[in-house]
Amino acid sequence: MDTLLNNLDVFVDGFALTLQVFLWAALFALILGTIVGAMRVSPVAPMRWVGTGYVNLVRNTPLTLIMFFFAFGYPKLDLPTVSYTTLAIFALGLYTATYVAETLRAGINTVPLGQAEAARAIGLTFGQSMSHILLPQAFRAVIPPMMSVFIALLKNTTVAAGFSVAEAGYIRANLSERGEPAIVVLLWVALIFILLVAVLSFVQRVLENRLKVLR
Amino acid sequence: MSNVLFDAPGPRARVRHRYIGVLTLIVVLGIFGFIVYRFIETDQFTAQKWNIFTLPYAQGKIVEATVATLKAFGLAAVLSLTLGLLLLVGRVSKHKWISAPTYVFVELFRAVPLLILIMIMYYGLPPLGYTFVTPFIAVVTGLTLYNGSVLSEVFRAGIESLPKGQAEAAYAIGMTKTQVMRMILLPQALRAMAPVIVSQLVVVLKDTALGFIVTYQELLYLAKMYGTQSQIGSPIIPSTIVVAAIYISLCLLLAGLAKFIEVRTKRGPAKNIKAQELVNEAA
Repeated sequence: MDTLLNNLDVFVDGFALTLQVFLWAALFALILGTIVGAMRVSPVAPMRWVGTGYVNLVRNTPLTLIMFFFAFGYPKLDLPTVSYTTLAIFALGLYTATYVAETLRAGINTVPLGQAEAARAIGLTFGQSMSHILLPQAFRAVIPPMMSVFIALLKNTTVAAGFSVAEAGYIRANLSERGEPAIVVLLWVALIFILLVAVLSFVQRVLENRLKVLR
Repeated sequence: MSNVLFDAPGPRARVRHRYIGVLTLIVVLGIFGFIVYRFIETDQFTAQKWNIFTLPYAQGKIVEATVATLKAFGLAAVLSLTLGLLLLVGRVSKHKWISAPTYVFVELFRAVPLLILIMIMYYGLPPLGYTFVTPFIAVVTGLTLYNGSVLSEVFRAGIESLPKGQAEAAYAIGMTKTQVMRMILLPQALRAMAPVIVSQLVVVLKDTALGFIVTYQELLYLAKMYGTQSQIGSPIIPSTIVVAAIYISLCLLLAGLAKFIEVRTKRGPAKNIKAQELVNEAA
């Protein structure tokens, strides 16, 4: 307990940065993932190719490798200098976007074809059938798995610690200078992550029960 | 092609789609071209930086590093499958004093980030006197604890996806609990879950890269080592490209196996949304 209370500043800073990285990466992943997901279900063949290629390529690349490229490779390209934190957010966002895209695609596929055909049959336009019929149903099916994706993202933020981002995974390195035993520090970090994940899982369960589609 | 979102396109839509398609390709090629242009501008493709990969010594090192990655993956895969089965047995036990601790174990190890788990092994244990913990042991143990927990949930989802009649019929003809599990439920569950299990193994393979952070001498470690040698021009980008090619092909190979099994058994993971969610969370 002392280890936590005596170094509360380091713990708070670390987890504050973790949450910051998490939120920005989640936002970026959501935007990029929606674009890629839309491309995956688009009627235009080249868009589908690009979407599929991106998802297959990035999904089969270790996150550590992507971060490695951003942290060590990007500075060599003579592009505008950005902080390691920003680079980590991009890497996490690019990686998580593939999972977001797949979840969205799976959600859209759960809506029965008859729903769309019925909507078109009664004369709704594309926009109307999307906003009144299809998206509300797809949205419900998407929420629980999307929360799983974000739980994974939260845990993945720790990888940034290996690339000079002083977030939660980096607390150990900071505190080893103060002579704190590594195991105690790491167990506290693990416990806080368990609590954070528990909160997200709880939200997931509540939403799941609220939004359950009865078919 | 008609799907839930779109009707089959008519002649005008087809023309429009062709324009959009060309535009997409131009944009994507533009992004790709820009990256390659930056690589060329900053001399990433000079012979000096790539020469090292033509030397037999360096190539031998790359093979060694690939073997190190595969060794961690192979051992962790076998151990996680074993641990997954053990946890499954504990989880479905009728005795509360077995199933409750197993449940806590699984939930705990699923919630802790894998890297923190590996760090606990690597940085936490040696000061307590467990000095035998090498980076290899830390990585394999971390991977095993985490993926074993995830796999046990996948197995359980597989068993729950089976019709209740299977177990009831087996009990009715007088099989014991162990027999029912071993001869009736598990074989079917494993078959139904095979694609999900193999995709989880892809996750194991990808996560061996975390070993880099605790100085396990695998592919990324080698990339960093060659990439920071200034007498050959610090070829960090060439070495990342080489290592990425190896990692991605290995993962694609495994993912291809998952796809193959999925097509063969004709039981897509669509039926096992719960299990797919687990995998999403694991990745």
